[in-house]
Amino acid sequence: MAMTDPSGTVPTNKPSVQVSDDAAGYYTPGEPLVDPRTPTGPIATRWTNRKFENRLVNPANRRKLTVIIVGTGLAGGAAAATLGEAGYNVKSFCYQDSPRRAHSIAAQGGINAAKNYKEDGDSVHRLFYDTVKGGDYRSRESNVYRLAEVSANIIDQCVAQGVPFAREYGGLLDNRSFGGVQVSRTFYARGQTGQQLLIGAYQALERQVAAGTVSMYTRHEMLDLITVDGKARGIIARDMVTGAVETHTADVVVIASGGYGNVFYLSTNAMGSNVTAAWRAHRKGALMANPCYTQIHPTCIPVSGDHQSKLTLMSESLRNDGRIWVPKNKEDCDKDPRDIPEEDRDYYLERIYPSFGNLVPRDIASRQAKNVCDEGRGVGPMVGDFRRGVYLDFSDAIARLGKKGIEAKYDNLFDMYERITGENPYEVPMRIYPAVHYVMGGLWVDYDLQSNVPGLFVSGEANFSDHGANRLGASALMQGLADGYFVLPNTIREYLADGPFEAIGDDHPDVVAARESVQGRIDRFLAINGERSADSYHKELGNLMWEYCGMERTAEGLRKAIDGIRELKRDFWSNLKVLGTADSLNQSLEKAGRVADFLELGELMCIDALNRRESCGGHFRAESQTEDGEALRIDEEFAYVAAWEFTPAVENDPNEPQGSMGTPVLHKEDLLYTAIEMKQRSYK
Amino acid sequence: MKLTLKIWRQADAQARGEMRTYQLDGVSEDMSFLEMLDVLNEQLNASGEEPVAFDSDCREGICGTCGLMINGQAHGPEVTTTCQLHMRTFSDGDEITIEPWRADAFPVVKDLIVDRGAFDRIIQQGGFISANTGSAPEANSVPVPRDKALRSFNMATCIGCGACVAACPNGSASLFMGAKITHLGELPQGQPERDTRVVNMVAQHDHEGFGGCTNIGECTAACPKEIPLDVISQLNKDLRTALKHGH
Ligand SMILES: Cc1cc2nc3c(=O)[nH]c(=O)nc-3n(C[C@H](O)[C@H](O)[C@H](O)COP(=O)(O)OP(=O)(O)OC[C@H]3O[C@@H](n4cnc5c(N)ncnc54)[C@H](O)[C@@H]3O)c2cc1C
Ligand code: SF4
Ligand code: FES
Repeated sequence: MAMTDPSGTVPTNKPSVQVSDDAAGYYTPGEPLVDPRTPTGPIATRWTNRKFENRLVNPANRRKLTVIIVGTGLAGGAAAATLGEAGYNVKSFCYQDSPRRAHSIAAQGGINAAKNYKEDGDSVHRLFYDTVKGGDYRSRESNVYRLAEVSANIIDQCVAQGVPFAREYGGLLDNRSFGGVQVSRTFYARGQTGQQLLIGAYQALERQVAAGTVSMYTRHEMLDLITVDGKARGIIARDMVTGAVETHTADVVVIASGGYGNVFYLSTNAMGSNVTAAWRAHRKGALMANPCYTQIHPTCIPVSGDHQSKLTLMSESLRNDGRIWVPKNKEDCDKDPRDIPEEDRDYYLERIYPSFGNLVPRDIASRQAKNVCDEGRGVGPMVGDFRRGVYLDFSDAIARLGKKGIEAKYDNLFDMYERITGENPYEVPMRIYPAVHYVMGGLWVDYDLQSNVPGLFVSGEANFSDHGANRLGASALMQGLADGYFVLPNTIREYLADGPFEAIGDDHPDVVAARESVQGRIDRFLAINGERSADSYHKELGNLMWEYCGMERTAEGLRKAIDGIRELKRDFWSNLKVLGTADSLNQSLEKAGRVADFLELGELMCIDALNRRESCGGHFRAESQTEDGEALRIDEEFAYVAAWEFTPAVENDPNEPQGSMGTPVLHKEDLLYTAIEMKQRSYK
Repeated sequence: MKLTLKIWRQADAQARGEMRTYQLDGVSEDMSFLEMLDVLNEQLNASGEEPVAFDSDCREGICGTCGLMINGQAHGPEVTTTCQLHMRTFSDGDEITIEPWRADAFPVVKDLIVDRGAFDRIIQQGGFISANTGSAPEANSVPVPRDKALRSFNMATCIGCGACVAACPNGSASLFMGAKITHLGELPQGQPERDTRVVNMVAQHDHEGFGGCTNIGECTAACPKEIPLDVISQLNKDLRTALKHGH
């Protein structure tokens, strides 16, 4: 057995060598990528050393340094508050009418931290280990270790701010075990943990607004990154009320704009969640890493019809007591489930995975649900050609624990379900279906959270760094706050120590070019004057992505999707219809800009998925499975980060004012482990 | 089902608005109220009329972005947010009136969208606990009695939607403020700033043009998070105490 190396120098694995080349012709191979800020030494000392190595900024200089932060979720809000407290001149942006509404607010389950309050064997190392393993060995070990290391500080900080976490009778903090993990390390505030954490960060942020260190720009959408001499120097943002296209320059820019799951149209994200901020940076040179890594959550409320605008998550904890089944026979699918006798039900997870049963990991539960529905055994209303739902049945649990017992555990979830579906889950089994929930992919960053564009930092769900190919439950909130409160403030100072940089005027040619390009795009959207709404394109893109780049992917399907997206894109730029004006609040115009970027991202995701001919983390490549149909990861070929570089098209679609997307360049960053060994997972 | 919708249209803050009537067919009872408006907007876009502007984001009742006056009731007839109201509450042939929040402190931006920036400015004046990042003691060093933690949590569930203001004949934001005062006031960490918090928040509230509370109780009836009226008593009590302390 290979040993892990305490000195942190000898890797336990070899760099991978890719043999397959499914995406040949769709990409250009590029130079290998090395993180220039990779820390060295024993893993437990890396972050401490880095904090010391990074230079300090003289307090008197800080207010002369301007930091733009796009996003006020946990990642952006926490960073803005902290940098404001430190005395920097912060400009904070969000597209909602208040920073308190960022989509972090919707997180339900909880936040992990290695406090070991239960004395159940948890530790920084165990949280680190679980997270790397949960990510199916596709994340950087140093980043993950740091995440686990600062997790305990997050809880301290939040409690000091007045976050009302659940407590035990003695007044101390309560924890629960979450997502199949064997220790209790998840802190929670009923089913509203994200809301409470975000309100904590929001209040800290508003305190800095009052103190004059943070200027808040609500209802502002970032539409381009300003780069001067290859460095990020500001953003172009549109005031969504007046329509004014504004220039904001700075010494450094942070993107904390959340995830891009809405590329699938239906997801658990907010209506406004978008990739625009990240994609505009990508077009300006920032690498996009592992864009195809998507997490699909098994317990969402199914689609009820064509009008569906978003999907609602229900806590994973439901799987602790509910049993998942579909009818054995297709003919039973439209029957009242209570009339289907026990012997005609297929409890398929319990059947296929006897030891884990209904508690198999998210990706397996999701994929099997899709499989049984594709076989025609789904339940609920027809959506397209299929019924898209499976039963989550609590009748056994109600018999065992009584209705009272179930109420005490899940009452608010049952209420929510009934409000949305009109069905009472105490009487009729719930119906659930998987939905896109989170993206592990995002802008590439180094250990210091800086992208390959100097002066552009990326934090929270918008970066790719910590979750590998799959994310553990309750770890995104942890990452957002770790980045915002503790990591970024300690890494950004190394960059700012060389500032303030030479001021950039609004009339600098690069600034003018960025502004004009944004204006040109807005004008184009309004000028096309075709037949179709942006929303209709978005829906069609979503269908392609869900069908071919969702839980299960094949080379053939992905190629079909790429063709489909390209065609859709051409139609979009020639047949879009946006009413209203540029100089007023115009939601159709906002939507058009976001859909234009999703179309390009969708294509890149499919190319990334096509290249990655392995089943890994949250996704399953049909070509890569074991004999009994389980996911087969291929470390010899794919233990790397796929970082994509944007290149403009050689042949432009003349309708696209900013130029079309060309063949992307793939840069590979090898993943080498010293503190951990790679293992194949098994749930059978 | 088929509906008649009477919707407030107003081009921008300066424009004079008016109610306009639209017919909408093919509404399913599984749609949320906002999905029904999405369908209307697709129809308007196709026919060349600018879609109706309205706010929403999470569409799951937690972000507080959405909010409409539906037949004169803030968030409509049920105790929930507008985004969580479903069309099965209505019947075929219904006429539904849809307006923005009406309050002096929430000026209309466009159609059904209002400016609730005043809420953020109230929070800026004291709706926080001053605890710079890095200065926090170990989380379990200060136990919080469970009942206090629970009450604090219940008040912290306010989503800042503004329905309380829209429902109040005086346009008062006392329920919103009371929820914040109680959330922070129940916790040991919230004590040092308790007096200044309430004094400064109330001053900002009055400055923004919100009205005074005359105990009508419409706010709590409209609140999707069921914030109880007694937080306003708490607010008044804290204010009296602060004044007694010479603030
Ligand atoms: C329903 C749901 C439940 C979840 N539950 C959990 C859980 O229990 N535990 C857990 O750990 N994780 C959970 N997650 C994941 C987690 O909530 C998110 O990953 C995390 O909160 C993202 O935080 P963020 O700060 O990166 O982004 P967000 O909170 O999404 O914030 C994005 C910010 O960027 C701004 N923005 C975006 N684009 C632009 C632009 N172009 N211009 C200007 N501003 C822009 C937005 O206004 C917003 O302020 C859940 C996610 C969902 C959707
Ligand atoms: S108190 Fe209730 S009605 Fe008022 S803002 Fe808060 S949640 Fe909305
Ligand atoms: S849209 Fe978030 S609460 Fe309604």
